[in-house]
Amino acid sequence: MRRFELVLPGSLDECVKALAQAPADSKLLAGGTDLLPQLKNGLLKPACVIDLSGIPRLRSIEAGNGQGLRVGSAVTARTLELDRAVRANYLSLAESGALVGSVQVRNLATLGGNICNAAPSADMAPPLLALDAEAVITGPKGERRVPIAAFFTGVRRTVLAPDELLVELAIPNPGSHSGGSYLRHTPRRELDIAVVGVASQLTLANGRCAKARIALAAVAPVPVRATAAEQALEGQAVTPDLIKRAADLAVEAARPISDQRGSADFRRHLVRVLTRRTLTTALARAGA
Amino acid sequence: MAKQVLNFTVNDEPAEVLVQPWDTLLDALRERMGLTGPKEGCGTGDCGACTVHVDEKPVASCLLLAMQARGHSVRTIEGLGKPGALHPLQDAFVRHGVPQCGFCIPGVIMAAAALLAENPHPTEEEIRYGIAGNLCRCTGYTKMLAAITEAAGAPVGRRS
Ligand SMILES: Cc1cc2nc3c(=O)[nH]c(=O)nc-3n(C[C@H](O)[C@H](O)[C@H](O)COP(=O)(O)OP(=O)(O)OC[C@H]3O[C@@H](n4cnc5c(N)ncnc54)[C@H](O)[C@@H]3O)c2cc1C
Ligand code: FES
Ligand code: FES
Repeated sequence: MRRFELVLPGSLDECVKALAQAPADSKLLAGGTDLLPQLKNGLLKPACVIDLSGIPRLRSIEAGNGQGLRVGSAVTARTLELDRAVRANYLSLAESGALVGSVQVRNLATLGGNICNAAPSADMAPPLLALDAEAVITGPKGERRVPIAAFFTGVRRTVLAPDELLVELAIPNPGSHSGGSYLRHTPRRELDIAVVGVASQLTLANGRCAKARIALAAVAPVPVRATAAEQALEGQAVTPDLIKRAADLAVEAARPISDQRGSADFRRHLVRVLTRRTLTTALARAGA
Repeated sequence: MAKQVLNFTVNDEPAEVLVQPWDTLLDALRERMGLTGPKEGCGTGDCGACTVHVDEKPVASCLLLAMQARGHSVRTIEGLGKPGALHPLQDAFVRHGVPQCGFCIPGVIMAAAALLAENPHPTEEEIRYGIAGNLCRCTGYTKMLAAITEAAGAPVGRRS
């Protein structure tokens, strides 16, 4: 690996100061599962790396009573996979965490790293969009909040300034009449990257859909919501026919490319199938 | 750039080593401490040959910087069992003749040991999922599954 200086802040304040003083090409290090391969293959050559693993606040999960969920940016995919509070009300997020790499990778890989690396295929992004999460960001000028849908600006690009870091994700509690699901398609079942990923979240009131969220991964430069499909569901009684129609509408939100993982047409097909399946599961979970 | 002092626990003993900022935990264990059980297969998180436990959780030691283990407890295959007091998994792997070239085996056993610590009686499906991050070029996994299944539930520290 190329040489670099390694800074080990013990608190968020120390980290913000270190980041402000560090050279512009410095990199924050969370689990390292995206960054270390990039350092090893020479894609990145930062002079300075700042380790987030010594900052306790970034590793905490809080699920206040009805208050929603606050997930520190350095919480691991494995923790999300197993955490009881996450599984109880934010199951699509737990499901996406369970799909990342192998257990050896999931014990390192963090939610913040997945989001900040901003790969179009990032598995934990669609559930965050479907759950209306907000990114809590801090820097020398203080804290700001950005809706997760506005966090991504392009392939491997986010709204973060070079002197800012992601502190946590704030996720409102979808409530007891809400259900979610995340599914992806990969040729190989383990340790593969999503050809398409879909998260759905349905909230019911009086037998109708009060709120629908559908978010897609790997079909555009950034994860996207399928808003036309969401609107078709909201206010309606959700029937298998309506789910089919919503799945067709979801395809319109996709702007897929053809690459070695799959053609654009195949990706559109997958959006339709996975939207139908995740909506069907979300509906069952919302009713249960 | 100066070396940094890494203080951590390795196989239940306190340890202090000088490491370069860019050393991975795998580098520190192998090159600076002579613990060559964990192997570098890929260096990118794909093969699992470098699997060790950090605070009892299996991780790919090729993807974590050595200094990120500061203050933590690391266990390698060298600290899992001893000659004469093998871990039930080591014992079962020997009796089933699982290893062929052996390169992947320390990683497989560390992944399986973490699985059994968490879930002492896994189903075959759970075993497959638990070692999905470990690649073996030789065995075809069949004997591995048999050995892990047999070791499941056997008391830790049983004499071979
Ligand atoms: C074998 C293998 C399999 C994988 N499988 C999957 C998969 O199935 N699905 C998937 O989505 N991904 C997968 N990945 C990619 C990776 O594991 C995930 O994206 C992971 O969540 C990244 O988190 P990390 O903590 O390791 O990030 P790091 O590598 O530490 O960081 C990633 C990037 O984010 C930045 N960053 C990290 N934290 C912050 C912060 N708090 N504020 C600002 N910037 C920050 C870093 O500077 C870096 O640029 C896989 C990786 C490997 C090696
Ligand atoms: S060497 Fe670490 S996973 Fe292959
Ligand atoms: S025994 Fe040779 S790689 Fe597994």
